[in-house]
Amino acid sequence: MLGPFLETLIGGLLTGVLYSLVALGFVLIFKASGVFNFAQGAMVLFAALTIARLSGEIDGKEVHLANFVVAAAILGVAVAFIGWYAWREYIARGAGPGERRKMQVLAAVGALVGGIAAYSYGKGAWPLWLAIAATAAIMGLLAYAIERLVLRHLVNQEGIILFMATLGIANFLDGFGQTLWGSDIYKINLGLPKDPLFLFEGVFPGGLLVDPGELVAAAIAAGLVVVLAIFFQKTRVGRALRAVADDHAAAQSVGIPLNTIWLIVWTVSGLVALAAGLIWGAKLGVQFSISLIALKALPVLILGGFTSVPGAIVGGLIIGAGEKLSEVFLAPILVKQFDLAGGGIENWFAYMLALVFLLFRPQGLFGERIIERV
Amino acid sequence: MTLRKAVLLGASIAAAGLALASTAQAQNEQFIPGLIYRTGAYAPNGIPFANGVADYYALVNERDGGINGVKIVYEECDTGYATDRGVECYERLKNKGPTGAAYVNPLSTGITFALTEKAPIDKIPVISMGYGRSESRDGSVFQWNFPLLGTYWSAADIIMQHIALKEGGFDKLKGKKIVLVYHDSPYGKEPIALLEQRAKMHGFTFTPMPVTHPGVEQKATWLQIRQNRPDYVLLWGWGVMNSTSIKEAAAVGFPRDKMFGVWWSGAEPDVRPAEGGAKGYHAAMLQHGAGQFGVHADLKKYLYDKGKGSAKWDEVGEVLYNRGLVNAMLGVEAIRKAQTKFGKKPLTGEQVRWGIENLELSAARLKELGFDGMLQPLKVTCSDHEGTRAGRIQQWDGAKWVVVSDWYQSDDTVLKPMVNAAAKKYADEKKLTVRDCSKES
Amino acid sequence: MLAVIVAAFLAVPMVASPYLYTEILIPFLILSLAAIGLNILVGYCGQVSLGTGGFMAVGAYAAYNLWLRVPELNNLIVVFLFGGLMAAAVGILFGIPSLRIKGFYLAVATLASQFFLDWLFARVKWLTNYTPSGSVAVGKLEVFGWHVDTPADRYLLILGIVVVGTLVAKNLVRGHIGRSWMAVRDMDIAAEIIGFRPLRTKLTAFAVSSFFIGVAGAMWAFLRLGAWEPLAFDINRSFQILFMVIIGGLGSLVGSFMGAAFIVLMPILLNQLPGWFGIRMSTALLSHLEFMVFGAMIVFFLIVEPHGLARLWAVAKEKLRLWPFPH
Repeated sequence: MLGPFLETLIGGLLTGVLYSLVALGFVLIFKASGVFNFAQGAMVLFAALTIARLSGEIDGKEVHLANFVVAAAILGVAVAFIGWYAWREYIARGAGPGERRKMQVLAAVGALVGGIAAYSYGKGAWPLWLAIAATAAIMGLLAYAIERLVLRHLVNQEGIILFMATLGIANFLDGFGQTLWGSDIYKINLGLPKDPLFLFEGVFPGGLLVDPGELVAAAIAAGLVVVLAIFFQKTRVGRALRAVADDHAAAQSVGIPLNTIWLIVWTVSGLVALAAGLIWGAKLGVQFSISLIALKALPVLILGGFTSVPGAIVGGLIIGAGEKLSEVFLAPILVKQFDLAGGGIENWFAYMLALVFLLFRPQGLFGERIIERV
Repeated sequence: MTLRKAVLLGASIAAAGLALASTAQAQNEQFIPGLIYRTGAYAPNGIPFANGVADYYALVNERDGGINGVKIVYEECDTGYATDRGVECYERLKNKGPTGAAYVNPLSTGITFALTEKAPIDKIPVISMGYGRSESRDGSVFQWNFPLLGTYWSAADIIMQHIALKEGGFDKLKGKKIVLVYHDSPYGKEPIALLEQRAKMHGFTFTPMPVTHPGVEQKATWLQIRQNRPDYVLLWGWGVMNSTSIKEAAAVGFPRDKMFGVWWSGAEPDVRPAEGGAKGYHAAMLQHGAGQFGVHADLKKYLYDKGKGSAKWDEVGEVLYNRGLVNAMLGVEAIRKAQTKFGKKPLTGEQVRWGIENLELSAARLKELGFDGMLQPLKVTCSDHEGTRAGRIQQWDGAKWVVVSDWYQSDDTVLKPMVNAAAKKYADEKKLTVRDCSKES
Repeated sequence: MLAVIVAAFLAVPMVASPYLYTEILIPFLILSLAAIGLNILVGYCGQVSLGTGGFMAVGAYAAYNLWLRVPELNNLIVVFLFGGLMAAAVGILFGIPSLRIKGFYLAVATLASQFFLDWLFARVKWLTNYTPSGSVAVGKLEVFGWHVDTPADRYLLILGIVVVGTLVAKNLVRGHIGRSWMAVRDMDIAAEIIGFRPLRTKLTAFAVSSFFIGVAGAMWAFLRLGAWEPLAFDINRSFQILFMVIIGGLGSLVGSFMGAAFIVLMPILLNQLPGWFGIRMSTALLSHLEFMVFGAMIVFFLIVEPHGLARLWAVAKEKLRLWPFPH
C-alpha cells in the first residue's frame, strides 16, 4: 500500500509544481496591479504556439515567411532596447538629451537587421534558443500592447471590470494565436527523457514509478521560481514592484511610474507564461487545450492567497498532491459506495479542498490578512 | 459619439438583413451543410476530416459536374465540437439552397443527440457515420438517424472479439481485468453498456474510467491503471486526449500493444505526438484505413494538380482524411439513389432519407467509385440503419498504421436485443409511435 | 415598456422565422432571465459568482426528473418552478461560504460548485434515469393542456415566463429586500451595524438569484435543447452569463437584456457577416476572427462605458431627447 501511495504522491507533487508555475503568473499581476488576469492561460498558449512554430520541426505544416520576419524584427527591437537600456544605466550612468530619438533609431536598426536576417535565412526551423528569445521579445511587446490599449484606459475601475477585460483579452489571444500559427498539434522538443524510471525496486514490488520528464520539468520550474524570488528581493526593479504592490499612491509619490511598473509586471508574467508554455507544450504537445490549464491554477490561488509567491508554490504542491491522491484512493471508494458512473473527482476535489480551507482562513495560506473598517 | 455608433450599428444590421433576404438561390443545386471544426481543442482531428469531406464534394462537381448534373453546394460551419454551436449551425443551414439541407453530418455525438430530436420535425436525415447513439440503428424508432458503417457497440464488440481471439476464445477472458478509459461525454459513455454486457457474459471485470474534457489531465487515471494492472485498456478518446493517453501509458509502462482504441482514437494525430511511445498501439478501423486508393488518383487529377485541394498532398490518405471521403461518398450515393426514384433534380431531406434507407453499395460499385480496398459492400434497410457491421484492427508500427487482423463482424446475437431494448425505452420515454419495418418495401 | 411587451407578444410572431425563434429569440430570452438572476447576486448584492452554469444544470435536471417520474405533473410551469426551487436550495448551500469569503476568493470558490455539480450530473446514474450515454431527452411538452411544439409556441411560453420573472425581480430589487442587498453590496460591515443581518441578506440573494437561474436552466434544457448532457451547462456557460451581466450593466435589469442580446447576437453576426457581404474566407479563419473581434469588442465596451450598455442607453436617450437642437 505504501508503494502506490508514495508513487501517487510524487506524481501529484510533480504535477503540482507545474500548477504553481501557472499560478505564479496570476500572482505576479494581481500583486502589482490588482488585476485578476484570466488571460494567463491564453498567454501560455500563445507563447507555446509561437515557440513551437518558430522552432517547428519540419512537419509538413508550413508557417508563412512573414511570421519569421516579424518575429525576428521584434527580437531585433528587443535586443536593441535592452542594449540601449544597459548602456544608459550601467555604462553611461544616465543619458543626456535626445536619448528618445537615439533609442528610436536604434530600435529601427534592430528591427531592420533582424528582419533582413530572417528574410535571407528563409523560413525554416530556428534553433530552440532563438525561438525562445524571439518569443520572449514578443511577450514583451504583447505586455506593452495590453498596457497601452487596455489597462491604461481602465485605471481605477472595479476589480470585476478588469477581470472581464482580461477575459476579453483571452478571447482575442486565443483567436489571434491560432490565426497566426494554425490550430493543429505542434511539438516542442526540449529533449525530455520519456522512459519511466523505477526506483527502490527492492523495497516496493514493481518499484516506485517516477517520470523523469516530469522531474526535469519540475526542476526547471523550481529554478524559475528561485530566479523570480531573487528578482523580487535583490534587484531595483523588483523592489519597485514590491513597493507598488504595497501601496500604489505611495509608490507613485516617491517617483515610481505606475505605467512602467505595469509594463514590467505584465512582461514578467508573460515570461512566466512562456516558461509554462514551454514545459506544458513539451509534455502535452502544443494545441488549444493548453489554454485551459489556467483553470487548474485557480484553486492554487485561493489556497495559497492571491498575493503570495510562496503561497502559489506551496498551494500548487498541495493541490497537485491532493487531487491525485483523492482520485486514486478516494474515488474508487465513492464509486463503489454510491454506484457512480466512474470517478473523476479530481476536478472538483481541489476546489472543495480550497473552499473548506478558506472557511477557516479566508485570505488563503499566505495571503495578507484582510482588516475591514467602516 | 455614442449616438453615431448606435446609428451605424443599426444601419449595418439592417444592411446585413437585406443582404440575407436577397441571397440569390440557384435552381439546379443540391445543398449540403457541413458541421465541422477547424478550431478549438479538437481541431487537430477535425481538420483532416473536414478536408476529406470538402474534397470529395469538390471532386464530384469537378469530375462529374455534380450528381447527375445537379451541382453540390457545400457550406461549412465551425461548431468547435460544442453542442449549442452545432445546433445553431444546423438551424442556420437547414433551409439553405432550393430544397434545404439534403442531410446533416453532426461530427459529434453530443450534437447528434441534440439533432435526433429535431430531425423528425425538420425532416432532415442525420448521418452519423461511425458515431452517434448506438440504438439509433433501429430504423423503426429512429427513422431519421443513420449510424452508417458501425456504431460504438459494434466497435466495442469488434475489439472484444479481437481480444478474445488473441486469448484463445471468449471463455479464456474469465477473471481478466479490462479497463475503459473514456472521454467524459455521451461519446465516451456509449460503449459502456455493451462492455458491461460482455463482462457479464464472460466473467471478466470491467472498469470504466472517465477523463474530463479536453483530456490533458490523466495522471491519476494512469497511476490507477498501473496499480490495478488490468490485462487490457480500451481507449475511447478524441482529440488531444488520445495522444495524452498513449503518452501516459508509456510513462507508467503499460504495454501499448494491450491498448485498443476505437476508430476515433486511431489516426495519425493521435499517435504522432507520442512519438516512440505509440509503437505497438492498436485501434479498431471503421473499415477503411490510411493509404491511397482509386479515388485518390482522381483527387490528384481533378483537384490537387490544379491547386484546388483543401489539404496538403502528403496529408491526403491519412486515416481521418479518408474517413471524410467515405462520409461524403455515402451521402452522395444516397442522393444518387434517391434521384432514381424522385428524378434528377435537387431533393428534399425527406427524399434523401429514402435514398439512404435504400442505399446499397456492391463491391463492383465500390470499385467504380474508387473505394475498393477501403470499404466492404453495404446495404441499409429499414430495420438496419447501420448498413454493415464489419471492422478490422490496425497497429501503429512507429511510422504507419498496419492492418493486423482479418475482418470481424459484430455479434448480432448480443447487439440486437440491446439495440431493440434501448430503442424501445427511448420510444416509450418519448411516447413515440413505432414504424413497422416488415411493412416497408 | 408596455409597448415592447405587446410588440413581443403580438408583432414578433407575425414576422419571425423559425431560425429567428430558435437561434436568436429563444436563447436571448432564456439567457436574459439567467442574467437577471446573476445580476441580482453580482450587481445588487455584490457577490461575484462563477457557478451559474452549475445552478442552471440543477434547474434542468431537477425539472427533468420531476417531468419523468411524476407524469401527473406534466405541466411545464410546475416543472420549471420545481427546477427553480431546487436550484434555490442548492444556491443557499453554496452561498454559505460567502459569509466568510469575499471578492475574487468567493468567485473562485463558486467554481467549486460549478465543477462539483457538473460532476454530479455526469456520475449519479439515477439523475439521468440510467441512460447509457448520460444524455437525456424530453418530448411532448404541455402547459395546462396546451402542447408546446412549434418554435412560436415555445417562444410565447418563454416570453410569458421571462416577463413575469422580470416583473418579480423588478419589484424585489425596489423593495425592502433589494435595499438590504444593496446595503450589503456597498459596505457589508456598515450594513450589519445598521441592522441588516448579513447571513440572511446574502442567502436570500443566493436563493433568489439561483431560483431565476434554475428556471432559466430548465427552460434552456426543455425548450431550447430538447436533449442535453452536463456539458451544456459547463463553465463556459457561467462565463457567458457573467459577460452578459457586466456588458449589460451591473445592477440594471434592462442591462441584463441588453447584455444577453449582445452576447447571443454578436458571435452569430460576426460569423455570418463576411458571407452576407460576399467575402469568402476559410471556416477556420472565420472562427478565429470571430474570437478576436468578440474579445476586442468586450474590451472596447468596457473601456467606453464600464457601467455597461444600460448606461450607454440611458445617455443616448438623454441626448436623443434634445437632438437635434441641444440647448
